[in-house]
Amino acid sequence: MGAAMETFYSVIRRQGITRRSFHKFCSLTATSLGLEPLAADRIANALETKPRVPVIWMHGLECTCCSESFIRSAHPLAKDAVLSMISLDYDDTIMAAAGHQAEAILKETRAKHKGQYILAVEGNPPLNEGGMFCIDGGKPFLEKLKMMADDAMAIIAWGACASWGCVQAAKPNPTQATPIDKVITNKPIIKVPGCPPIAEVMTGVITFITTFGKLPELDRHGRPKMFYSQRIHDKCYRRSHFDAGQFVEEWDDEAARKGYCLYKMGCKGPTTYNACSTVRWNGGVSFPIQSGHGCIGCSEDGFWDKGSFYDRLTNIKQFGIEKNADQIGVAAAAAVGAAVAVHAAMTAVKRLASKRADANQDR
Amino acid sequence: MMDAVERPAASEPDLAAIAADAVGGHAIGRPTVYVYEAPVRICHWVNAFSIVALMVTGYLIGMPLPSVEGEASANFVMGYIRFAHFAAGQVLAVFFITRVFWAFVGNHHSRQIFYLPAHRKQFWREILDEIRWYAFLEHEPKMYVGHNPLARAGMFTGFTLFVAYMIITGFALYSEGSGIDSWQHKLFGWVFAIWPNSQDVHTWHHLGMWALVAFVIVHIYAAIREDIMSRQSVISSMVSGERQFRD
Repeated sequence: MGAAMETFYSVIRRQGITRRSFHKFCSLTATSLGLEPLAADRIANALETKPRVPVIWMHGLECTCCSESFIRSAHPLAKDAVLSMISLDYDDTIMAAAGHQAEAILKETRAKHKGQYILAVEGNPPLNEGGMFCIDGGKPFLEKLKMMADDAMAIIAWGACASWGCVQAAKPNPTQATPIDKVITNKPIIKVPGCPPIAEVMTGVITFITTFGKLPELDRHGRPKMFYSQRIHDKCYRRSHFDAGQFVEEWDDEAARKGYCLYKMGCKGPTTYNACSTVRWNGGVSFPIQSGHGCIGCSEDGFWDKGSFYDRLTNIKQFGIEKNADQIGVAAAAAVGAAVAVHAAMTAVKRLASKRADANQDR
Repeated sequence: MMDAVERPAASEPDLAAIAADAVGGHAIGRPTVYVYEAPVRICHWVNAFSIVALMVTGYLIGMPLPSVEGEASANFVMGYIRFAHFAAGQVLAVFFITRVFWAFVGNHHSRQIFYLPAHRKQFWREILDEIRWYAFLEHEPKMYVGHNPLARAGMFTGFTLFVAYMIITGFALYSEGSGIDSWQHKLFGWVFAIWPNSQDVHTWHHLGMWALVAFVIVHIYAAIREDIMSRQSVISSMVSGERQFRD
């Protein structure tokens, strides 16, 4: 993994394709796209001069499930993404270099590709105690992250950790683990949440950036619209059972065997933005709901702190003992109702008493 | 300012005279004031029925009915409940906006529930008077043509603020289905900047429903009680628009 800027052409040649075949490919591409005669030369020129995007992949507080997911990508294959599409110059979990050698790559990348590399961050920095809860290469990860972010073109926040905080940021968050966008505020950040994100979503984001040379369109929270603009619920294959009013009431009931909607079992599909119900997992084999379990909302903000994965209504902790909206509401309405009843009774008593007094006066 | 009306000098009702009135012995002229204009009354009742429909359907969306049998294609229970909720919600939104519009063009009573004259000392003094009346510390209530100051504060909170909050969070939740390119998301998507996880928006919308339930209980009780105790019409005023003073 050298830090020298490599073009697509050099990668193509390295994979044993001759220059003649390369030009044939360019001509064929131009012809099949119906482009003008000179286009073949321009395609060849672009491939010869356009550099592969250097990527620095760093790990903060995390569990490496994002990397585990990434290497299982089927379309495109992870090896194509890593070896051909991008120039993965640094990834401390899977790279051969170690120690000073590895640290030297970071320095070299910053110097050579200032403002041109993508910083992919898996995990997040803890801010408490000056960031001492996550030490990487003898320094707090927080410092390393800020240093590399300064000269990056853009940042990809992999997973729920980097995007929202995830389990290490769950209450009470003793290390004060903080999502990337709260620490780095001067660079474009693409959030790719999920615990982990879907492999094809990860490679899809990288493919988009390398193909079009720009960042994908993002939604309000900084997630790529193409994968995160709809809920699991919107494209769920069990949606027809939801609309029909057919629900699993218990885990082993007849409805569960028939594959009815898991809404009542606390499925978070209606509040979770992700591509699981369309892209699915493991090369499109399945996804949680297809396997009979509700969505736990792993790509959503603070999903560890929203009560049980199996409750429809969120527990609200502000009310001391954990209560859900209905318990609080019924209690409040009952209290108001009781107050009204008592008040009405007192009014009636008062009125009767004053009437009697008036009647006595008249007599 | 607060439409306080001086009680007639003879404040103690003459029971004998009223009894005579009941059998047609005397005719008593009662002062009547036109308070609630037609659009106010129409908005009131449309909003009232919409809110009841929204509460029932909204509760059933959060806590669905027991499962139905048969093919999914043969049933649409949840679909109809959600449709009713969304339809009632849009009706409520339209009539809420109409009511706000009428506050600008209607009579001065129509503006009462949309702001509180919180900067005036008299307002707070009169609120205290009303609290004393409800705490059985005053023998006689003050009379007002429109809302009394406490009722006004209650309407401002329970109707204007609560319903506006429910409309805003409601449209934000609706935009989850209609998509991020929809006008609902463009206008109300900022709600998700406050609560990035829409599960929280669902929870707060749900709590809003219970806040409205509490408001409705107090609203109806106060209307009935004032109708009986304050010797002025309240309930029929929202039908005819006229407030009659019975002393």
